[in-house]
Amino acid sequence: MFRQLEGSQAIAETVAMCRPEVICAYPITPQTHIVEGLATLVKNGTLSPCEYINVESEFAAMSVAIGASAAGARAYTATASQGILFMAEAVYNASGLGLPIVMTVGNRAIGAPINIWNDHTDSMSMRDAGWIQLYAETNQEAADLHILAFRLAEEISLPVMVCVDGFILTHAFERVDMPTQEQIDSYLPPYAPRQLLDVDEPVTIGAMVGPEAYTEVRYLAHHRQMDALELIPRLSAEFRETFGRDSGGLLHTYRTEDAETVVVSLGSVNGTIKDVIDEFRDEGVRIGAISICSFRPFPMESLRVALAGVRRVVTVEKSLAIGLGGNVAPEVREALAGMGISVATIIAGLGGRAITRSSLRGVFRDAVEERLPPLTFLDLDLDLVHRQLERERADRRSGPAAESMLKDLGAVASRVG
Amino acid sequence: MEAATNGQTVGPARVRFYQTGTFTVGNRLLDVSVQSVQSDPRRNNSLNSGHRACQGCGEALGARYALDAAMRATKNRIVVANATGCLEVFSTPYPESSWRVPWLHSLFGNAPAVATGIAAALKVKGKDDVRVVAQGGDGGTVDIGFGCLSGMFERNDDVLYICYDNEAYMNTGVQRSSATPAGAKTNTTPGVGEEPGNVFGQGKSVPLIAMAHGIPYVATASVADLRDLEYKVQKAMGLHGARYIHVHVPCPLGWGSAPSDTIRVARLAIESGLFPVFEAEWGEVTGRRRIRDLVPAQAYLEAQGRFRHLFGKHPDTRRIAWIQDIANRNIRRFGLLDEGVQS
Amino acid sequence: MFQVRIHGRGGQGVVTAAEMLSVAAFLEGRSAQAFPSFGSERMGAPVMAFCRIDTREIRLREPIADPDALIVQDPTLLYQASVFEGLSPEGFLLVNSGRDPESLGIGEVLARLPAGHMVAVPATELALEHVGRPLPNAVLLGAFCALTGAVGLESLAKAIRDRFPGDVGERNVGAARAAFELVASKGSGMEGAARHVQTA
Ligand SMILES: Cc1ncc(C[n+]2csc(CCOP(=O)(O)OP(=O)(O)O)c2C)c(N)n1
Ligand code: SF4
Ligand SMILES: [Mg+2]
Repeated sequence: MFRQLEGSQAIAETVAMCRPEVICAYPITPQTHIVEGLATLVKNGTLSPCEYINVESEFAAMSVAIGASAAGARAYTATASQGILFMAEAVYNASGLGLPIVMTVGNRAIGAPINIWNDHTDSMSMRDAGWIQLYAETNQEAADLHILAFRLAEEISLPVMVCVDGFILTHAFERVDMPTQEQIDSYLPPYAPRQLLDVDEPVTIGAMVGPEAYTEVRYLAHHRQMDALELIPRLSAEFRETFGRDSGGLLHTYRTEDAETVVVSLGSVNGTIKDVIDEFRDEGVRIGAISICSFRPFPMESLRVALAGVRRVVTVEKSLAIGLGGNVAPEVREALAGMGISVATIIAGLGGRAITRSSLRGVFRDAVEERLPPLTFLDLDLDLVHRQLERERADRRSGPAAESMLKDLGAVASRVG
Repeated sequence: MEAATNGQTVGPARVRFYQTGTFTVGNRLLDVSVQSVQSDPRRNNSLNSGHRACQGCGEALGARYALDAAMRATKNRIVVANATGCLEVFSTPYPESSWRVPWLHSLFGNAPAVATGIAAALKVKGKDDVRVVAQGGDGGTVDIGFGCLSGMFERNDDVLYICYDNEAYMNTGVQRSSATPAGAKTNTTPGVGEEPGNVFGQGKSVPLIAMAHGIPYVATASVADLRDLEYKVQKAMGLHGARYIHVHVPCPLGWGSAPSDTIRVARLAIESGLFPVFEAEWGEVTGRRRIRDLVPAQAYLEAQGRFRHLFGKHPDTRRIAWIQDIANRNIRRFGLLDEGVQS
Repeated sequence: MFQVRIHGRGGQGVVTAAEMLSVAAFLEGRSAQAFPSFGSERMGAPVMAFCRIDTREIRLREPIADPDALIVQDPTLLYQASVFEGLSPEGFLLVNSGRDPESLGIGEVLARLPAGHMVAVPATELALEHVGRPLPNAVLLGAFCALTGAVGLESLAKAIRDRFPGDVGERNVGAARAAFELVASKGSGMEGAARHVQTA
């Protein structure tokens, strides 16, 4: 049934219909509305049986989920930003143990400087933690990916992170075709753990592994993710049969047929990109877009197929690998090695800076006209940076950089965008 | 600043203003030695006006008094480490910082450890006269920062840690912390279902846990008695080693109380016995604030929207009685009605 | 596409207003997207919320820099230059004020807008009268329906009841209706707006 509701509410209700048995909640903006929504659904009896645990930190959140999952319960939590860093040790542990936990990340920047707005730095910091990472483009997909995530996680015994752009999706009211309990029940069977803390059949979970087998255990995790490359499209096809719509998959293509230039991105920004692509197409420019849904495992082969014949790729990325450039572009380059396709990176939307059509138009135009440098920072105020560098040259004790730069800008609280 | 009247005192010199029946917050007409810090026109205004806290924010009030008192006690030589939370967020959007002290915000859960680092640096640099204050909300203190806090206590690091307890995670929009009282509604303990609001447990008293570390000084205080808060901060700054002050600070937004009722609500918490005000040295209780006009717990609860589901057409008498029991236990445990205790 | 930007202060229900507006448009079978200005502001601080309405799927995720309509929930915000930023020359302006528009000191802005595209409504007073609380958001939406015709009053009433079940909802609907009548009686640019939405 179509409903107009907040992204977080759509996610909460969908997660509840996936019948998680243990939910670990810890507040952090912009994910909080999701666990608040779940709190109500548990407390008013809609979701039952379910233990809703208000933990004392994100480290505890993931740790409680680990214990619950190993003891045979379907476990769920959500976090963002500082929270995912605080739980980092347990994030690696959950995947190392092969526990099918599902976690929503309401994507947000990382401090310092503290910033509550959207970008992808948080989930990118965990991209090599062994979790599957799926990025949602719309709130419809955000809700749907959770159903897929539980199924996928449990089928291959790996945890799955569903990455949802903070505020832009989590706090947006839009139309979502809400699944029914019957649909979800028919798609998602009850959790049958591969390993279980069981008094009748005692096992040891989490043993120390030395050099003799550590590589093999790690390789096994890699192997599982490679399997997921096949499984994700299959589960997405099944999803379409059950729910009647496309969600998930490894990647989405948009007007890439005959394209010379293709813009690659993750998450909700693809919506704005599509609008700009349409404008260019109206002018006859052969340009298209790809949004990567599954960033881990990384869809090397699918990208190669989708980009065959393309001349250039531009990645629009919401995280910065400081000292290198993009996080996505190097992986795209590796996928396209030997195909003679140039890859340029645009770093955009850091800490919630609006990614506007007009700015995208400019860089896409540059790309099409072969003027785009390998690394571009969208709407960067270089003057502000230079003023700070000047201060630092002039005075050894120039003070805290972020504060000085804000002082230069003056009050900006009421600015649009 | 010790009171002259009574050996068992916990407060500053008390001056009764019988015409109003209240303790005043200091007065410029009094002798300089008994004036409050806030009545001093040369006070530091450590947390200056113009910040973005809500109207009636207890935390803003408590922090202002506490830090000004710490500044006076140290002749303006303090450095402050602040945990993430309302206090940090409403005071800092640059270029409008409200802090007139050297101030560092690092993370949500590490303020005690950051303060330890500051103290260590000051020591190694020979800056013996500069003192360290760390502060955070209840979430930053009793939940996520608790491990670091206990470590700081156990090492007896030279830090005064002040917790502003508004009994929930307010900065993120009112979620439960382990300082949230039984029965209170928050957004993660909604007022629905058979047992609406927060679970009924025995609670978690970090002041008592701090005392179990055997540190030199532990105290509780409230914005309902700001003169007492100033006194305790000044006393703590006269000591070295790990010190802890836990301040009860109503939050109109999270508690569903009127902004103009902040002090009244805080006072009802004291007068009902639900928030015991006491101090302890080296793990022993050495003083307590006597209840002057005992009120039933209900009077406190009814002043706040977060307990509304306990009342209405069918009052939840069982759970109201449970809360009253908590108050009674506090009264017995800390001797809050005992004769001879200063009031 | 019809784009609305709402300015107000934290605690005034600015975000709720944008959300209810999007629900009203949804009930009329259109696509709608509402989102806040994403701040960490406390009660009383200036805040913004946005709402887009279209007959097609809305994919755009940028904040609204070129609104077709502005709702200003707190008249003290009128004197922040950025409030009017990007307002379409054919746009609408709705201000919560009991004063005569001419006396609000925004003559320059008024001069730019077509006749009948600006209206001031004493929304706080109406809210106090009908709801008993000084929350102007639903009231202004009633006025917005009359001023722009972007959504119908009945859909709005449904959206309000959806958000505030029971008595509070009914009172808010009553207040919104009163504001609608007030603006309708003044005569407004409804026709133009209806065209605007359809051609979007
Ligand atoms: C590791 C981490 N988790 C979560 C957060 C989000 N967060 C910031 S402030 C806050 C709540 C603060 O509550 P409290 O300490 O009680 O202070 P208050 O705002 O109530 O004064 C939370 C959950 C964070 N910043 N870092
Ligand atoms: S939410 Fe509460 S603690 Fe935070 S600023 Fe407002 S009143 Fe103070
Ligand atoms: Mg708190």
